Amino acid sequence: MQRIGVFVCWCGSNIAGTVDVQAVSDALKNEPGVVFSTDYQYMCSKTGQDLIQDAIKAHDLTGVVICSCSPRMHEATFRKTVAAAGLNPYMLEVANIREQCSWVHKDIKTGTQKAIVLARAAIAKVHLNAPLTPGETPVTKRALVIGGGIAGIQAALDIAEAGFPVDIVEKKPTIGGKMAQLDKTFPTLDCAACILTPKMVDAAQNENIRIFSYSEIAGISGFVGNFSVQIKRKARFVNEDLCTGCGACVEKCPMKKVPNEFNLGMDNRSAVYIPFAQAVPKVAVIDPDACNMLKNGKCGLCAKVCTAGAIDYKQRDEYIDEKYGAVVVATGFEPISLQKFDEYAYNSSKDVITSLEFERLTNAAGPTAGKLLRPSDGKHPEKIVFVQCVGSRCDGCSEKGKPYCSKICCMYTAKHAMLTRDKYPDTEVYVFYIDVRTPGKNFDEFYRRAVEEYGVHYIKGAVGKVTPENGKLLVQASDLIDNKQLLIDADLVVLAAAIEPDKSARPLATQLTASMDTNDFFTEAHPKLRPVESPTAGVFLAGACKGPKDIPETVSEASAAAAKVIGLLVKNKLTGNPCVASVDALLCSGCSACQNVCPYGAITYEEKEFRMPDGVKMRRAASVNPAVCQGCGCCTVACPSGAADLLGFTNRQIMAEVDAICR
Amino acid sequence: MQKMTREALLEKARELLSSGKVSAVLGWKKGEFDYDVTPAVFDSVDALEDFVWGDFCGANLSKYLIKETKKHRVLVFLKPCDTYSMNQLLTEHRFEREQVHAVGVPCDGMADINLLRRKAGEGIVSVDSIGEEIKVETLYSDEPVIIDRREVLLERCVNCKSKKHAAFDELLSDAGEDSSSDRFQDVEKLESMTPDERFEFWQNELSRCIRCNACRDVCPACTCETCVFNNPSSGAENKAPVNSFEEQMFHIIRAFHVAGRCTDCGECARVCPEHIPLHLINRKIIKDMNAFYGVFQAGAEVGAKSPLLDYTVSDIEPGAVFDGRDHDA
Amino acid sequence: MPINEYKPLIVAFCCNWCSYAGADLAGNNRANYPCDVKIIRVPCSCRVNPMFILKAFQRGADGVILCGCHPGDCHYTSGNYFTRRRMAVLFSLLDFFGIERERTRVEWISAAEGAKFAATMNEFTKTVAALGENRRLEDLRCKK
Repeated sequence: MQRIGVFVCWCGSNIAGTVDVQAVSDALKNEPGVVFSTDYQYMCSKTGQDLIQDAIKAHDLTGVVICSCSPRMHEATFRKTVAAAGLNPYMLEVANIREQCSWVHKDIKTGTQKAIVLARAAIAKVHLNAPLTPGETPVTKRALVIGGGIAGIQAALDIAEAGFPVDIVEKKPTIGGKMAQLDKTFPTLDCAACILTPKMVDAAQNENIRIFSYSEIAGISGFVGNFSVQIKRKARFVNEDLCTGCGACVEKCPMKKVPNEFNLGMDNRSAVYIPFAQAVPKVAVIDPDACNMLKNGKCGLCAKVCTAGAIDYKQRDEYIDEKYGAVVVATGFEPISLQKFDEYAYNSSKDVITSLEFERLTNAAGPTAGKLLRPSDGKHPEKIVFVQCVGSRCDGCSEKGKPYCSKICCMYTAKHAMLTRDKYPDTEVYVFYIDVRTPGKNFDEFYRRAVEEYGVHYIKGAVGKVTPENGKLLVQASDLIDNKQLLIDADLVVLAAAIEPDKSARPLATQLTASMDTNDFFTEAHPKLRPVESPTAGVFLAGACKGPKDIPETVSEASAAAAKVIGLLVKNKLTGNPCVASVDALLCSGCSACQNVCPYGAITYEEKEFRMPDGVKMRRAASVNPAVCQGCGCCTVACPSGAADLLGFTNRQIMAEVDAICR
Repeated sequence: MQKMTREALLEKARELLSSGKVSAVLGWKKGEFDYDVTPAVFDSVDALEDFVWGDFCGANLSKYLIKETKKHRVLVFLKPCDTYSMNQLLTEHRFEREQVHAVGVPCDGMADINLLRRKAGEGIVSVDSIGEEIKVETLYSDEPVIIDRREVLLERCVNCKSKKHAAFDELLSDAGEDSSSDRFQDVEKLESMTPDERFEFWQNELSRCIRCNACRDVCPACTCETCVFNNPSSGAENKAPVNSFEEQMFHIIRAFHVAGRCTDCGECARVCPEHIPLHLINRKIIKDMNAFYGVFQAGAEVGAKSPLLDYTVSDIEPGAVFDGRDHDA
Repeated sequence: MPINEYKPLIVAFCCNWCSYAGADLAGNNRANYPCDVKIIRVPCSCRVNPMFILKAFQRGADGVILCGCHPGDCHYTSGNYFTRRRMAVLFSLLDFFGIERERTRVEWISAAEGAKFAATMNEFTKTVAALGENRRLEDLRCKK
């Protein structure tokens, strides 16, 4: 039997005004288990807290009920109070007789009655309270950044600056991501490479940063502070430590007809290649699908010309196991495939291109050395039509497009249109749009300049069909404002394709037990208040992996995620919330219902041994990792056996409260 | 009479037992009378003498796999509807699939002894199925009573959900077909009553409950190691109800615990000694979940997530489930 | 309010992060609601087991209301989505048993919606009061 002390707070007149605190205190003296009951003006004051501590000692209390303001206000305070007197802090319950009683009920009689009932419920609960101790787990002081685009680079740099080792895992042979492919950036028009490549070099030179390029995440287990990760380093058939990036192999490689991914297939590269001049690491990679030596053992030219002896045809995939305290997901985006958008003739005409392809066409390092030429015949286009929202805001066409706005297209199209008109004033530029969305610093000004200063024709309306005819592209479109049909004979059509999360994101989310929305974007722990945290503790999110966004937003998220990571890694130990789920393995039948509803992946199953009267039995049973469990209790209801329970809010405790209230 | 013969089943059982592929056979065994057939484990060819197959083999054998597969590799005979239960148990990891050799047996509908009694009277001494007729001899009549088999089928067979096995290692016949049924008719009838009438209906039915726990014990979804009603620390422990509330509590909680897991096999109603239509409770939940979250058949696929273990962001609100349901409340 | 109107007993399960805070805000704003409403704090609406609700009715509660975060705002990301499904099924089942559907309710009330909390409790109490005593789901032994 517990020895419970009850302390009724007046809160000045806040409670005492409409609740007869003396009567409450007296009434509770007769409750079973209550050995001491008193009231005082301000329980949270020093004197009030002393009173509680003295009573705990004098009456040998094992449980404490404080009738006061909301536990959201002072539960933490009183937990410390009772702990200082030697009681487990979780042997305390607070009956909220201010916010839920004195402040909302004017009649002193009913107020007093209700206060007594609320206190009884708290007493009933304390009877079933058990001492709880928060678990402690050590923190591995190393961070993993998945994705080496601008988000990953920025996050890694910030974490490394704070003094913690960081590993970047990038699946491509170089870091840099999508930003490396861009020409200029809106709205300032500074060149993407000029601002990105120094950061790439910084990352490569920072002694706290390791870059695993051409690598993938093979497996992740563990939890906040203690992730175990297996990294697969794909064979690049070039020894990264020996290669100097001189490019001799690239020059000599006889296999030169491989579509160049970096230029989106608009030109060719060799079988051994360096993705682009500023690649980091600047190390060659051999494409095993194209290399004759790897395919049929004939050639070997690159090995002959490599003075560093870096070529290694026998290289195999390598697996590295590493421990991390925190993970930043920065897997970015991809433009959607336009295979299904036949109406724009993307598949049938070379002169219908995506915006990213346009970006490469205008880039000085691109396939045309920055000259805007039609891919089909290399002629200068005189009329260009830009089509907005290709696959974006596609309501009810989930087969083809995406329901959301891709956010960046309005601005980059304005940029493309403006730059085209700036370089080639004789070229007519049309932009077809649903809405022009320009919320952002200097964004609307930028768009207006495109229209007003550069004379870009912005037409509100949709393009219905693009037909290639006699070397031209006939664009049928509607103008919603003038309410007429248009027919434009364009030379080039540029499609602003919707963007979607990278394909690697979904399997990664599964491994991380991080949640995703229906569009495969990662979801935030809280969309407003915890925007760079995943609901899974220790997993942080930056950039387009959680929704379309532009570079400044991505960079700020990356730095925000880095700050969160640093905040985690500076701790030596993590103290958990002891009010977590626990499974009574004896009752568990191993059905996995709890695992299915757990938002944190805190529940695992294993074969457990049970010593039963009729011998030792092996059975599948659940166990909860208290470091991962956040204590929502969803599993306790999903469990049909009642094997899962929530410490601090057990079935019996809540039932006892129900009983006391309904008594 | 079942078109599939006892001999065909026996042959399969003998073959697998003697080849050592399995060490036990889960089947049915005759009781004291022709109609009180019970599930049984046969661990030798000799034991198979007691094996029966016929119109009273309604029992769903899936649940016994949990226990028997711990000791044996088991040959189990499953009627189409039973296979759903096996799949559901596999979804819940209750036994290893490799430990089971599932033989799909076609089913022509099983007879309901209670209906038979109602037609033939008490004191049945023998029952013999011949074609679509059932010949019943009773203590009180010299002439045997001949009854049309189709008139005494179990409710779940009248509303057969499928003649197609959802899982099997081998079939004793050609694959059957999905059948369409009107199984929600009775639920709808109740729904169209006023709340008072419904309350009255259930009071009538549930007040007969003697808490024998037969419904729970036979249910292939009720496979908890310890039932919450037996567990003193669950807060719901209750071994025998003393009032109408506890009768309802038991059946509501039981139905809720099997919600999304119940395959609608109808065993609960079949075994209830008080003939309470317990299947209606589960069926109501199935009907609701189908309407709210899309059609879901527990056990159709191993690994499928029950609607209650899943969600979408645009699910129906609890307050809206009554919208559009009008009755003169 | 007529003097002899039935005073129902209402049990409200409130999620710690939204509705419980909403109730606190109602208090801060001195937004009155009937003292018949007694709140039980749970970490998330998804912690509420149907057994708790039945238990409350058994012990003589006249109405039970569950309050959680708005869908999409769950502190634990998805708890209230599961609550929504469980309670939709449970309430419909209780109705199937002929228990007055007005006695059970789920409401989404955020920490900022003190006024909504008070208004909801006023309205719910009134609805339950109009139904009178819960006779269908009570355990008579639990009556005083």
